[in-house]
Amino acid sequence: MVSSVLGVILALIAGGFVLKAAGVTNPIATYQEIFKQGFGTFADWRAGFTALFTGTDCPKGLLCFGPLSDTLVKASPILLTSLACILAFRMKQWNIGADGQMFMGAWAATAIAVFILPKTTPAVLMLGMMGTAGILAGLIYGAIPGFLKAWFNINEIITTLMLNYVAYKWLEFFVVVGPWSIGDFESTGRFPPSATWPRLTQFADKIPVLSGLTANPGILLGIVAAIVLAWILYRSRWGYEIRVIGNNPKAARYAGINLKRNILLVMALSGALAGLAGMNEVAALRELNGRFQRGYGFTGVIIAWLSRLNPIAAIFVSFLFGGLLVGTQLIQPQGISSMLQGVILFVVVGTEMLFRYRVYIEKIVEDVPVREIGDVS
Amino acid sequence: MTSGNLFDLGVTILFGALVSGTPLLFATLGEIFAERSGVMNLGIEGMMLMGAMGGFATWFRTGDLLLGILVGMLLGGLMALLHAFITITLRADQVVSGLALTILGTGLSSILGQPYVGQRVPAPTTLTLPILEHVAAEQIIIVLIGLVFSPLAWYYLNRTRPGLNLRSVGEHPSAADSLGINVIRTRYLYVVFGGLMSGLAGASMSLITDPGWVDGKASGLGWIAVGLVIFASWDPLRGLWVSYFFGLLRRLPLDLQNPALPLVSTANNPSVGRIMDMLPYLATIFILILGSREAFRKRLGAPAALGTPYIRGQRGL
Repeated sequence: MVSSVLGVILALIAGGFVLKAAGVTNPIATYQEIFKQGFGTFADWRAGFTALFTGTDCPKGLLCFGPLSDTLVKASPILLTSLACILAFRMKQWNIGADGQMFMGAWAATAIAVFILPKTTPAVLMLGMMGTAGILAGLIYGAIPGFLKAWFNINEIITTLMLNYVAYKWLEFFVVVGPWSIGDFESTGRFPPSATWPRLTQFADKIPVLSGLTANPGILLGIVAAIVLAWILYRSRWGYEIRVIGNNPKAARYAGINLKRNILLVMALSGALAGLAGMNEVAALRELNGRFQRGYGFTGVIIAWLSRLNPIAAIFVSFLFGGLLVGTQLIQPQGISSMLQGVILFVVVGTEMLFRYRVYIEKIVEDVPVREIGDVS
Repeated sequence: MTSGNLFDLGVTILFGALVSGTPLLFATLGEIFAERSGVMNLGIEGMMLMGAMGGFATWFRTGDLLLGILVGMLLGGLMALLHAFITITLRADQVVSGLALTILGTGLSSILGQPYVGQRVPAPTTLTLPILEHVAAEQIIIVLIGLVFSPLAWYYLNRTRPGLNLRSVGEHPSAADSLGINVIRTRYLYVVFGGLMSGLAGASMSLITDPGWVDGKASGLGWIAVGLVIFASWDPLRGLWVSYFFGLLRRLPLDLQNPALPLVSTANNPSVGRIMDMLPYLATIFILILGSREAFRKRLGAPAALGTPYIRGQRGL
């Protein structure tokens, strides 16, 4: 926890120097702008709450809760991909392919929404089927590297990464040049209404302040998934097995835990979570196009690490990163969010070890029996 | 179509494979050295991107190709130094640090390289050889460097004293330490060397083999290099031919668009090209499967201490 917060602060400082080098005159102003774009300002929130209680429209148009709402929309896919990473990383399986699994999930959900089910399908059934398809596609796409790791001992980092690129090309083939593109638009066109998430703005006739807000139930899906994952990891027998394998595979094998089956299972379920993220994203975007965002899988890795592989913490970290993604969308130079994410991960990894390193020295120098030294964080 | 034309076409395609395989070869060789010393660096992609961006930017401002390549190498080396500090001195997880390096390199090269996207590219010195027409002299030189460098790297690793020291640090660091080899310094040295090579890979790409700078120029080549190192079982000579094979695969979608090719030309069917683009990535997975069977038979394996930080006085490796 300490190292995560410290990491973010140090990363912001280091990032400031990079921005300075890239020709940004005032990095602090840039950060303030990112925060404002990502979360809004206090004055806007107050105006929003006043409007909420008086039942009037937001005096500033979309500004009251607009940034928060956009951030929630972005936070849901990265929360799901970070959960995918957490599950796999807990077992020391480096699933770096959440990006590709998410693409495949998006692809399968689109197939259901646009090409398989009729437009008149009721929304609950439609969204349910899209979710199932997304989960299944991600499951299969995650199971492939899991199978190769378990039975052929093939490095899952490489296979998941390579499958990312295959998934990018797969989507490009369908949407950009292939059978799904409408004319030259590089898009499947707008989904039928039943295949899209309902948005807050649909309740604007009852609560005027919600007008124009795009927040959708996707974030609830992520939160439920996080709670379920936390329960599995900390309360169930299978979660215990996962953690034992992650901490000491040899001990796990001696204890009779089936390594191969668990590797396959964890990678497949990790892929399923990422696939669900893909379905969630297309249901929020309302179409699948050639600009479908890459990189959520990598953001998921960073969130997983920042939240120290704790699914509940990931909810909050995802929210912050959602703000970062929204806040950097319109800000020049491009690449700020990617650069900041890289620096954050670096600093967190480095400082985390610095803390552990200090504790370790005490143990040797004083030569005392191991007490409850405790986790520094 | 005469057979002479087909022969020329074949030579052009093969030379193209050598050219596009050479950056991959540099990155693979660099990573072989780093991993042989026991440090896995998954940041090749990021270092290549920085090398490509830095090299191109330097050339664009000064017009000096060699200086561009040197700056590219330097940037790669600096990034590797960061990785070395985090993983060797701070003993952090090599996988996560390498990933961070790639994410950082992607973002940084995108920010700093913005003014250079789609700018004019270095004009090659065109030569005409007996069997190859209109070929860039720079490309021939860079291919030759790669061809010469691989056997040298093999010799250095397997037949010289420093090479032996390097391998012992990767296989059994505490034994190496007790023989007076400085484990930490050796690892720093070869991780930075790997970074220099990745920078060279990037710069030679953006300046010579595929001139120009766009965001994400390396397009996964750095990751393929990580896979090739495993398939090459950490042997520079195997790295050589497997890099060229991947150079061929990467060129294939372009080559097949040539309407002069009989039967297999994709000139009238662009969507097939997108499927062909998947080939290098799928092939990486495929050769890893092949390689794993072979490794099992011949009992080849990764350097024993790969991925584990060295702590003096601790039990184990």
